Amino acid sequence: MAAGAGPVIDPIHQFQIHPIVPIQLFGYDISLTNSGLFMVIVLGVIALITVVGTAGRALVPGRLQSMAEMLYEFIDDLVVSTMGKSGRKFFPLVLSLFLFVLFSNVIGLIPGTYTVTSQIIVTFALAMVVILTVVVYGLMKHGTHFFGLFVPSGVPKPLLILLTPIELISFLSRPISLSMRLFANMLAGHIALKVFAGFLLMLAAAGGWFALAPLPLFMIVALTALEFLVAGLQAFVFAVLTCIYLNDALHPGH
Amino acid sequence: MDPNAAKLIGAGLAAIGMGAAAIGVGTIFGNFLSGALRNPSAADGQFTRAFIGAALAEGLGIFAFVVALILLFVK
Repeated sequence: MAAGAGPVIDPIHQFQIHPIVPIQLFGYDISLTNSGLFMVIVLGVIALITVVGTAGRALVPGRLQSMAEMLYEFIDDLVVSTMGKSGRKFFPLVLSLFLFVLFSNVIGLIPGTYTVTSQIIVTFALAMVVILTVVVYGLMKHGTHFFGLFVPSGVPKPLLILLTPIELISFLSRPISLSMRLFANMLAGHIALKVFAGFLLMLAAAGGWFALAPLPLFMIVALTALEFLVAGLQAFVFAVLTCIYLNDALHPGH
Repeated sequence: MDPNAAKLIGAGLAAIGMGAAAIGVGTIFGNFLSGALRNPSAADGQFTRAFIGAALAEGLGIFAFVVALILLFVK
């Protein structure tokens, strides 16, 4: 943006995707990029915690096993409390989404790594998986009765003309808001960190003002702590909203 | 007006939306806390709902933020 004195950091640069192993297949570019590499790393960490953690099956769990069990029970409680016992069939989907989002958020906070969820296409793909599951399962299970979702019950007929389009629009905006929330939270957090890092460098290079340079440094530490909260919270919110949307497919009609 | 200046002003105006979302999130958690202090035993059960409300309110602020980002960085 505005070019000031000293070094200028481009806060958007960190989100650039560049190929690590270039692969061309049938004219398509399917290179292993930094984004793809970190997706693999995230999956590896999840597999390590869940598979290796529960391999021992100790009666008194160790650190890794209790971590895996806590994550499992947390999502199981969430699924049963929002969808009831019949929602258990969606438990693998919700747990996978939650773990992927949580671990890519947290791993992305390690300096020098890449945040997979800071790309809108990744979060949009995750949101579309949820919404398409809702639509396909809802239509398969309930048929046309699924469209009762858009017609609130107990409402006078003239008001329905107004309310049904509103319900339809709110349903259609769900994948957008679900993906945008996660993407923008991650993007905003990482941009804020880089902006304060830029302040730090500018102050350090600005002659007599370098004594003030620790101030942005403390701010970066505080922001990193906040970002860890946001990383966990956004993964939780994504899982909760997934459960609520899936609940519409299980029990349509108000 | 210089189109670049108009873009920057627009981005600044979009930031107002984030302040409005902050009011919404503050209202939700403030009311949740005052309710929770009156009846602490019921607070745990409504914790998820407080977060859903906050997430929905925050989502609108996020839209304002994205508008600002698009204005600033999309050429």
